[in-house]
Amino acid sequence: MSEITTLIAESAARLFAGEVDKPLLDAAEAGTFPTALWTAVAAAGLPDALCLESEGLWPNWEAGAAVLVEAGRAAAPVPLAETMIARWLLAHAGVHPPDGPLSIAPTRRQGDALTLAAAGGGWTASGRLLEVAGAWHAAGLVSVVAAGGDAHLVLLAGEDLERVRRAALSGEAHADLLLSGRRAMVAPLPAGLGADVLWRAGALARSLQMAGALQRVLAIATGYAQERVQFGRPIGKFQAVQQALARLAQETAAAQAAAISAARAASQGEARFAVAAAKLRTGEAAGIAAGIAHQVLGAIGFTHEHVLHHLTRRLWTWREEFGRESDWARSLGALAAATGGDGLWPLLADD
Amino acid sequence: MQALRFEAVELGQDAARLRAEVRAFLVEQVAAGALDARGDFVSGFSAAFSGALAARGWIGMTWPKRYGGAERSALERYVVIEELLAVGAPVAAHWIADRQSGPLLLRFGTEEQRQTFLPPVTRGTCFFCIGMSEPDSGSDLASVRTRADPVAGGFAITGRKVWTSNAHRSHFMVALARTGAAGEDRRGGLSQFIVDLTSPGLTIRPILNLAGRHEFNEVTFDAVFVPEARVVGKIGDGWKQVTSELAHERSGPERFLSVMHLLALAVAAAGRAPDARVRVAIGRLVAHLWTLRRMSLSVAGMLHSGSVPELEATIVKDLGNLFEQEAPEHLRLVVDPDAPGASAYRQALEDVILDAPSYSLRGGTREILRGIIARGLGLR
Ligand SMILES: Cc1cc2nc3c(=O)[nH]c(=O)nc-3n(C[C@H](O)[C@H](O)[C@H](O)COP(=O)(O)OP(=O)(O)OC[C@H]3O[C@@H](n4cnc5c(N)ncnc54)[C@H](O)[C@@H]3O)c2cc1C
Repeated sequence: MSEITTLIAESAARLFAGEVDKPLLDAAEAGTFPTALWTAVAAAGLPDALCLESEGLWPNWEAGAAVLVEAGRAAAPVPLAETMIARWLLAHAGVHPPDGPLSIAPTRRQGDALTLAAAGGGWTASGRLLEVAGAWHAAGLVSVVAAGGDAHLVLLAGEDLERVRRAALSGEAHADLLLSGRRAMVAPLPAGLGADVLWRAGALARSLQMAGALQRVLAIATGYAQERVQFGRPIGKFQAVQQALARLAQETAAAQAAAISAARAASQGEARFAVAAAKLRTGEAAGIAAGIAHQVLGAIGFTHEHVLHHLTRRLWTWREEFGRESDWARSLGALAAATGGDGLWPLLADD
Repeated sequence: MQALRFEAVELGQDAARLRAEVRAFLVEQVAAGALDARGDFVSGFSAAFSGALAARGWIGMTWPKRYGGAERSALERYVVIEELLAVGAPVAAHWIADRQSGPLLLRFGTEEQRQTFLPPVTRGTCFFCIGMSEPDSGSDLASVRTRADPVAGGFAITGRKVWTSNAHRSHFMVALARTGAAGEDRRGGLSQFIVDLTSPGLTIRPILNLAGRHEFNEVTFDAVFVPEARVVGKIGDGWKQVTSELAHERSGPERFLSVMHLLALAVAAAGRAPDARVRVAIGRLVAHLWTLRRMSLSVAGMLHSGSVPELEATIVKDLGNLFEQEAPEHLRLVVDPDAPGASAYRQALEDVILDAPSYSLRGGTREILRGIIARGLGLR
């Protein structure tokens, strides 16, 4: 890790550990935006982590990874990933970002539609975007829209978003957005970025958040197994429990390696393959790990009072967002098939 | 609980050049018909192929030049071995000496032992096998009963080793034998010896595996004389010496690449535009393989910089073995082995199905590995 990455990771870890606790998570899920947390996050410069010392076209995903792993570990109930991605893309396009939390809409969900129309020297946007992560409290929304054969970056101001709150499985503040001819700031998508840039950046961000959340889930389950006594000894002394926790550690390790490696690759290039593989692998780890952790924690882990579900419900939500495992598997499978049997190993090994 | 460490590792430009060299070499070998018998690191045995590799300086390549090595880095070795394993090259002949016995001698051997054994290993003319398991000692390795009794000028070894891979085509065995009382922790009193497999009193009998192939053996010792100079390290330090290299043994690409060749053939058999079900199954396996490689490289990077990530290495082995066992089960259901033109795929599938049970036994069973991981988590 570079010095700046280490610094930002440490400050993110400290900040989240100090600010995010169970009451804050419950309040956020009940609909209160954690303003103090967001203020601290912004003051620490975390929303601009991807822009730090980033040279050329590619974001500083190493710094981004350091921040998002910590955000995931804490289950921080703010749309930091979305804001980071939006601010990086806006900065590249030379568009001044609105203050506050932002949301992104890759328009890849079934039922999504967003179109642009020229109006009075400017642009208006119309359409419908479903279950947009972080959109309920967002001060702005960034999307990419194809018009006239080119991809355009679109920024909509918060006051122009008509929102219907959608409670995600995670309790995060998602929203359906309805737009009928609202004014939009439009800029050309910076050359070299694909029209699916938000989709892939979102997938990488969720992979990193899942990697962080999984590390916390492993720590919670391991700690509990050492404390909970049944049959006269800590349940972690039973071999069946040990073997289950070993599996949990393996999935956590796989998620961590996949997400961190993809982040490194995405700091240096488009990293299509790595991001697809990482989202798939972390999403799969999420399901397996959540199941094991809940088994080890018994009934207490199934209560609302326990903190575990803030992590596991996020895992179940994040694995769905920006492409679930089957989506990325299909595109990797297509890539492998197009490359052919002889090309498969080079595809995996030539980095 | 200790935090898991898995940092991203980059191999760099030199590695890319080396990789290209290895691929060019493999193309020549294919043209020469030397790669016909596909295998993995236990089953693909070819002295000729090992000789060809040695001629390129790719056996013992990290070792000091004075012992015939090339003083290349551990990450460069990683590149070479993964390229070989990816195509199922027959590497078994030199594998144990290159991965295990050579490094053991570099760590604990005498100068005379290094000068005697390492140069021929790097020339591809001296092969080693491992004599640890016994009929009554598998996972519980510390319970081995084969004895080494002091006699004039050395030791006399008596006992029986089993599952000794490739003993019948190796020159030496590194044997673990009892030289004293086990002591309280049961780990004392063990020592390692270099045993010449042509010694009087030593008998090698084949044990056919479930596929009917002769890969492992039973080796009996009837007062086999081993000179003092063939003790490895210190008498009584056997357990410590055996376990010191485990991180190297466990996390290498051989723990997940046994099915790479199969996967490539499956992709070929599936054609350029397979249906969605096939794409999903193959894409998933590809993502798993990519992740395992990143994990294994990450451990290699840590080993390279001098740390000993035992927990992480153990995780890589068990997860790799899971993948290797899962891959044929998924592939057979989505890529038709009976399709016209798929005979190479079908052959590879059958080979892997027959081999798969061994993946999570050899080198430490799944349950034992998970016990080690649990210890790393602080549960034991
Ligand atoms: C293909 C192949 C090649 C091999 N090559 C070599 C070689 O070259 N040299 C060599 O020395 N050995 C070799 N081995 C032996 C290998 O190391 C042993 O098979 C392994 O250590 C397991 O020992 P075992 O087979 O006696 O099984 P056992 O130890 O008897 O185990 C049987 C089952 O019980 C489980 N078990 C055992 N103890 C525990 C426990 N404490 N908790 C939970 N479960 C437990 C095991 O996980 C396993 O599932 C090879 C094995 C194979 C399959």
